[in-house]
Amino acid sequence: MRAKLMSLFLLGLIRVLTGAQARWHGCPPKAEQRIYFANHQSHADLVMIWAALPHELRGITRPIAAKDYWTKTPFKQWITTAVFNAVYVERERTGDEDPLQPLFDALEHGDSLIIFPEGTRGNAEEPQPFKAGLYNLTCKFPEVVLVPAWINNVQRVMPKGEVVPVPILCSVTFGAPIRLEPGEERRAFLDRARLAVLALRDVWAAP
Amino acid sequence: MNQYLRNLTAEQQVSALFIIVFGLLFVTHVTVFMLSLRERGDTPQAEVVNARLAEARALLRTSWAMVIVFWVGWASGEGVATTLFAIVAFFALREFITLSPTRRGDHRSLVLAFFVVLPIQFWLVATAHFDLFTVFIPVYVFLAIPVVSALADDPQRFLERNAKLQWGIMVCVYGMSHVPALLLLQFPEMGKQGAFPGVLPGVCGADRHAGSASGQPPLAPAPQAPNVSQSFNWTSWSIGVAAGSLLGGLLSGITPFKPGQAMAMALIACVAGSMGHLVMKALKRDRGVPNWGAQGHSVTGASGLLDRVDALCFAAPVFFHSVRWYFGPVPSVKLVIVRYEY
Repeated sequence: MRAKLMSLFLLGLIRVLTGAQARWHGCPPKAEQRIYFANHQSHADLVMIWAALPHELRGITRPIAAKDYWTKTPFKQWITTAVFNAVYVERERTGDEDPLQPLFDALEHGDSLIIFPEGTRGNAEEPQPFKAGLYNLTCKFPEVVLVPAWINNVQRVMPKGEVVPVPILCSVTFGAPIRLEPGEERRAFLDRARLAVLALRDVWAAP
Repeated sequence: MNQYLRNLTAEQQVSALFIIVFGLLFVTHVTVFMLSLRERGDTPQAEVVNARLAEARALLRTSWAMVIVFWVGWASGEGVATTLFAIVAFFALREFITLSPTRRGDHRSLVLAFFVVLPIQFWLVATAHFDLFTVFIPVYVFLAIPVVSALADDPQRFLERNAKLQWGIMVCVYGMSHVPALLLLQFPEMGKQGAFPGVLPGVCGADRHAGSASGQPPLAPAPQAPNVSQSFNWTSWSIGVAAGSLLGGLLSGITPFKPGQAMAMALIACVAGSMGHLVMKALKRDRGVPNWGAQGHSVTGASGLLDRVDALCFAAPVFFHSVRWYFGPVPSVKLVIVRYEY
C-alpha cells in the first residue's frame, strides 16, 4: 500500500517536473522481454525511464541498482525494492560469483531490464564508453530484444551533487532494437550500441 | 441596452459577459466548421484556404482555453483564480526554460525562480500587496538571480544565461501574475469585482480572429517581418486591433469604464497582446521550434501552453498599470491613507 502510494507520488512528481514524455521512435511499446539500455547522467534517469514506460510495462520491467549505494539506508533499500522492484548488482567483483548473476536470474525469470551500460553517471555531453555487461547479457540471452533509449535533459533537472530538482521538460526516445551480429567482437558491439543510443539524441530535431 | 446592463449587479454583468463571449466563440466555431466541410478539390488555392482554416481552428482552441480558464477563475473566487494562474505560470516557465540553454551553474537560480520567486509573487497578488508586487521581480529578483548565478562560479556566457532566465521570469511569472491581479483591483463605482478582466482575453482573441479573417489571400499584403511571422502585416493587424477596440467599446456597459475609456483600454490590451505574441514568435524562430512545449511536437501534435497564453502575459501588465495609473483604484489609495495615519 505504501509502495503503491509512493509510486503514485513519484509518478506525479516526475510528470509535473518533466512531463515524462515517451517517444517510441524505432519500436512500439510491447510486452516482450526486453533490455532497455540508456545514457546515464542523473539519479533521476531511473525514475524518468520508469515513468515514461506505459503502466502495463512498468510492472514487468526492472531497473538495475548498485547494491552498495542503494542498500545503504533502509529507505533507499525500501524504495528500490518495493517501488522499483530493482535488481541489485555489485559494482566491484567480490569472491567467485559473477556480478551479473542477479541479472541472469531476472532474465531467466522472464523480466525485462533497464540498464545504464556506462556504469556510472557521467556529466559530459556524450555518454562514456559502455561496459561489457550488455555484451555478456546478450551473449547469454540472444532472444531478449535490446532497445536503445536516449534520456534527454534530465541532467538539467537534477545535476550530480544537487538535491532539489527543477522543472524542465524531458523526454525518453526509444530507438530501433539492435542485436549482436554473428561473430561480432565485444568492443565493436559495445561501440555500436553506444552509437545507437547517441543517434537518438538528434531524432527530435528533425521535423 | 447600456442602461439596462448598468442596472444589473456586477455578478449578473459578468455572467452576461461570459454568455456573450461563449456565444460568439460558438458561432465562430460553427462557421469555421461549416467552411471546412466545403469541397475544394486539390488546387493550390484550395490548399492555402485549408491551411488558413487549420490556423483558425488552432486560434479558436486557444481562445476557448483562455476564456474557460478565466471563467473557472471567476466562478471559483479569487484564491482559486490566483492558484490557477500560478500553476499556469509554473508550466509556462517550465516550457520557456526547457528551450533556453542553462548550465549546471544555473541550477540554484532555477530553484530560486520556480520555488521561491513564483510562489512569493502570486502570494503578493493574493494578499493584494500591489505596491510590492509591481516591483518585487523587476527590482529585487533582478539582482538576486545573477547573484546566485555568480556564486555558482561559472562565468561562461553569464550575461546570456541570466538574461534568458530574467526574461522567462518577467514573461511567465510577472506577466501572468497580473491576470489574477486584475480580478482584485477594486473600483469605487463598481461592486466587489469588475467585469473588465473578462474583456481582456475576449478582445485579445477577437482582434486576432478579425486580423486572421481579413488576412485571407485576396486581401493579404506581404508579411511585415517574414522571418519572424508569415502572417503578420500592418493591414490585418490594424483591422484586428480596430475590431477588438470596437468590441471593447461595445461592452463598456459591463465594465467600470465609459464607452470611450473602454475602447481605449481595449485598444491598449489588443496592441500589447498582439505585439507580445509577435515577440514570442521571434523567440520561437530563434530556437528553431514551431511551438513551445514538449519537443516532440510532430509526434504528439499538441502545442505548448505558452503558445496559448503569451499574448496575455504581455497584455495583462500593460493593461493593469494603464488602468491603475489612470483611475487610481482603491487599494493604493487606502494604502496612502494608512501611511498618513502612522
